Amino acid sequence: MAEAVAFYGLTAVALGASLVVALSRNMVHAAVSLIPVLLSVAGYYVLLGAEFVAAIQILIYAGAITVLILFVILLTEGATGVRVRPRNEQVSLGALVCLFLAALLVAVLTRTPWPQTQGALPEYNPGAVGQSFLTAYVLPFEVTSLLIVACLVGAIVVARREA
Amino acid sequence: MMAEAIRVVLSVVIVFTFVAVGVALFLVLMERKVSAWVQARIGPRHVGPYGTLQTLADLLKLLQKEHILPAGADRLMFGVAPVVVAVAALMSYVVLPWGPGVIVRDLGVGVLYFAAVLSLEVVGILTAGWASNNKYALLGGLRSAAQMVSYELPLGFSILTVAAIAGTLSTVRIVEAQPYPWYTYPSVLLAGLVFLVAATAESNRIPFDLPEAESELVAGYFSEYSPLRFALFQLGEYGSLFATSALFVTLFLGGWRGPFGIPFVGPVVDGLFWFLLKTYAVVFFFMWVRWTYPRFRIDQLLNVSWKLLLPLSLANLLLAGLLVAWSG
Repeated sequence: MAEAVAFYGLTAVALGASLVVALSRNMVHAAVSLIPVLLSVAGYYVLLGAEFVAAIQILIYAGAITVLILFVILLTEGATGVRVRPRNEQVSLGALVCLFLAALLVAVLTRTPWPQTQGALPEYNPGAVGQSFLTAYVLPFEVTSLLIVACLVGAIVVARREA
Repeated sequence: MMAEAIRVVLSVVIVFTFVAVGVALFLVLMERKVSAWVQARIGPRHVGPYGTLQTLADLLKLLQKEHILPAGADRLMFGVAPVVVAVAALMSYVVLPWGPGVIVRDLGVGVLYFAAVLSLEVVGILTAGWASNNKYALLGGLRSAAQMVSYELPLGFSILTVAAIAGTLSTVRIVEAQPYPWYTYPSVLLAGLVFLVAATAESNRIPFDLPEAESELVAGYFSEYSPLRFALFQLGEYGSLFATSALFVTLFLGGWRGPFGIPFVGPVVDGLFWFLLKTYAVVFFFMWVRWTYPRFRIDQLLNVSWKLLLPLSLANLLLAGLLVAWSG
């Protein structure tokens, strides 16, 4: 009962804020509205018993990435105080892509055999997350870190050229 | 279910009352007294005995004043920003271990949660700066964002160093894992030093108070804020100062445990006493620093974080990892 209330509450906030992100004519409002969306997703993680992922979600996405997005918007003269049009000539094409993506997601959701655990959720353990990062998932983990290093180097190269 | 709900409401009431009275009101008074003492001035002394009621009088004055919305300000964001700052500071109190068993909720990812909710504070500061429609406020907000994002990393790494050595992220178990009276490993001492510097920057205090540098930015991001909302910013600022000091006590100074292990009244009262005593001592240290040193420049500030503290704390974390690996 309480879980259902929490779930629908979080969903209402996430959907409402996402609409503001997509439709707002004010860039700063759109960027700030990302924060309730990301916090609601962190709420879903808490409901699923994944505390570690929830904390990381808040720390990285809500606390750092959104701040960087806001930072960039506020530093760009053309973006603040100007009303942007949230739609352009490609509305019909975009709608087509959206429909296709929605159909794909629904098909995957209905066809996947979701594993179901019996009884209470196991005790959540951040140590286990670390263990699996360094054993079963060490290759994806390292590849991701390489990708991030490449992004960092790329960002520096792009920034240097301008100066 | 019912007991849980009562517990939540009671915790919120107790924490909020404590933060409003024991932290915001008391720390403003303490700041004025300490600053007067450091600078050989007199400080507040007319309202109440030794001026102890001065901040209460100031608060009453703030409550009576007119609320002003600057021309061209974004009404909604202007109102939301101070609430975000205050709520983010208040949420960090959930994982502070006041004594044995005295904690709102002992989360398995306690210190991570602490860093996560405090990182939301910068969102409020940034929006406040933008919504005021004032160039000084905007500059203050931008500086604050650059500063807080930079110093979150060394702060996080020094928290992780202790968590790695203690083998847990829970604040309660970090206190319990500490040997008497506290860790003396070199890497923990270094982490403590980095934590102190980064925490000063995170709470926007001199020598790192660039976001509100009076001589260049009037008052920075809260220049345009009038009474009640200004008070909310103060609540958030002093609330997070106290919470960060309390986390320092938890990680590096043995938490609620007193010296010599002598029991006085009982475990809970003793724990509360030592925890508050140590935390106020750390707060005093921050105030002492604030009123002693001049302000850095913004580029110096960012250089200290990215070129000194970050490599230092990364190497330190590696050292702590080796220590844990070798000692089994």
